[in-house]
Amino acid sequence: MSAEPSAVARSLADVAPEPGVSKPDPILVAAEVTKTFGGLRAVDVDALEVQRGAITGLIGPNGAGKTTFFNVLTGFDRPDTGRWTFDGKPMSGMPAHRVARSGMVRTFQLTKALGRMTVLDNMKLAAVGQRGEHFLPALLPPLWRAQETAIEARAEGLLEYFNMIHMRDEFAATLSGGQRKLLEMARALMVEPTMVMLDEPMAGVNPALTQSLLGHVTGLRDEGMTVLFVEHDMDVVMGISDWVVCMAQGQIIAEGTPEAIARNPEVIDAYLGRSRHREGEEQS
Amino acid sequence: MDPAAILANALRAALGPSAAAYALLAIGLNFHFGYTGLLNFGQVGFMLLGAYGVAITVTVFGGSLWLGLLVSLLLAVALALLLGAPTLRLRADYLAITTIAAAEILRFTFRASPSRDLTGGVFGLSGFAAEFNALNPYTSGIQIGFLAYNERQLWVLTVGWTLVALAVLLTYLLARSPWGRALKAIREDEDAARSLGKNVFGYKMQSLVLGGVIGALGGVVFALNLQSVHPDTFLPLLTFYFYTILILGGAATVLGPVAGSIVFWFLMAGMDATLRQAGAAGYMPDWFGADALGAVRFLVVGIGLMLLMIFRPQGMFGDRRELALNVR
Ligand SMILES: Nc1ncnc2c1ncn2[C@@H]1O[C@H](COP(=O)(O)OP(=O)(O)OP(=O)(O)O)[C@@H](O)[C@H]1O
Ligand SMILES: [Mg+2]
Repeated sequence: MSAEPSAVARSLADVAPEPGVSKPDPILVAAEVTKTFGGLRAVDVDALEVQRGAITGLIGPNGAGKTTFFNVLTGFDRPDTGRWTFDGKPMSGMPAHRVARSGMVRTFQLTKALGRMTVLDNMKLAAVGQRGEHFLPALLPPLWRAQETAIEARAEGLLEYFNMIHMRDEFAATLSGGQRKLLEMARALMVEPTMVMLDEPMAGVNPALTQSLLGHVTGLRDEGMTVLFVEHDMDVVMGISDWVVCMAQGQIIAEGTPEAIARNPEVIDAYLGRSRHREGEEQS
Repeated sequence: MDPAAILANALRAALGPSAAAYALLAIGLNFHFGYTGLLNFGQVGFMLLGAYGVAITVTVFGGSLWLGLLVSLLLAVALALLLGAPTLRLRADYLAITTIAAAEILRFTFRASPSRDLTGGVFGLSGFAAEFNALNPYTSGIQIGFLAYNERQLWVLTVGWTLVALAVLLTYLLARSPWGRALKAIREDEDAARSLGKNVFGYKMQSLVLGGVIGALGGVVFALNLQSVHPDTFLPLLTFYFYTILILGGAATVLGPVAGSIVFWFLMAGMDATLRQAGAAGYMPDWFGADALGAVRFLVVGIGLMLLMIFRPQGMFGDRRELALNVR
């Protein structure tokens, strides 16, 4: 799929494939992050660094703690312990909306379309720094109308890209499962993040569109955005990731380049399964 | 039976000062429930503070009407902050429980005998509308067809419906602004709003304060109309009238609460007049006394509202397409 390795991929080529290894230029640095539910240790990450400008795939069996780790990093769940920095700024304990505003934007595995709002309104909502979002200026449309027009144009551009422009004026509740995934991803991009964290963005999206989305994701990376995504489709993960992290039972059991991960015996045991290693079949 | 008299009664109520006051309370609730999805079951508490704010300032402290108005609005802001601060970060049901309890606590505190010096206890307060009456520009009442109002009623109506018009304008401007869009997003899914950088707590608080202040204005109009306040007027039942009005007219619509209030009062007063006349004309069985009349009125109005919800569940101004969506 990826013809030649990207510049970031080359910069990661010399990084040792060990859990918690330091990266040359990390944007996200997390240490000792734990989260328990009752007796269950859902997340127990000693150390993780995410390389700036790279596409990092996060894989692991169902219940490995990937979503919970996302929730903790983005301020949606309170961890038991742990500290992390994003772009050099400490983020632990920061409320979710401020995490998003500082440039780290996530999507949800179970999509959260704003049902009784139109697709276009879902998109426009996501733009940050809107003057009309403050109470008093909201009463004076001339103060924000120009900005609103610009936001609308940007939203329409993204909808076009995600093949969703024909749904522009429909209520989001009428979208299909796959369309909700598309809307969720497009909406996250409206925030203009420096890093997107996508939780199974391709689940339920048809193959042709998945291909085009993958193209878009690599495009984002080439424009300098950092992407961390959870995905179970190994062709997708191996195809576009510059780096792959594997979680199991809350811990990071392996990281490395896609090639290194595909050969890693622990990953094969915990996640990929033997047959895949032998025949290179898809597992889902 | 005299249909013209029944119609006159119903219309008088539908356009009357109470309808204006209830419309304001429903407009406030529309910000809470309609746009933000906040389950405020204590809107009557804001009404109480509005009414007593003016009454106490004027009668007990000898302040002016304007100071009273200011006190009413500040009390509403304070109640909203007090209710919101501990509950708006929690699940929606906590706000519901807290608000209904707070409204009852207010009513019981205001009627308790130790508060008598301030609130008049169970006797309430009166004689605070003199300054308001003195401002009345009208020198005579009006008669339009069979609708008649004297000059004082006309003055209350003018003030009441002007405030309603202003509140409608405010709703209209806010609902189509990015601010209103953020409120609706919170109503739909607050985690999604958070993930897109919206300060959900801040918006909910703004909505609670705004809707509470508009509700308190409704309380002020209500008190100025009656020229007296009594704690037991402010029963929890009233909050459910405001919900009825809101849903009848259409939640999250600009004109819904106003139309809802007019129709609500039309039905209530019309039914009242019909039953009274039927009783007087001897159409009713012997056991049908004055208290049965009140009960039957509610029964019939209740059935009427149920039919309306069955055949027009989105309310008068709502969008059926929107209601049909299976949101969760
Ligand atoms: N709110 C919660 N309360 C209790 N347990 C939870 C909660 N959320 C997650 N868990 C548990 O934490 C573990 C990790 O769940 P998580 O959703 O993070 O897994 P995941 O790696 O995202 O899995 P999948 O690939 O299936 O999405 C699971 O065992 C799950 O049961
Ligand atoms: Mg998950």
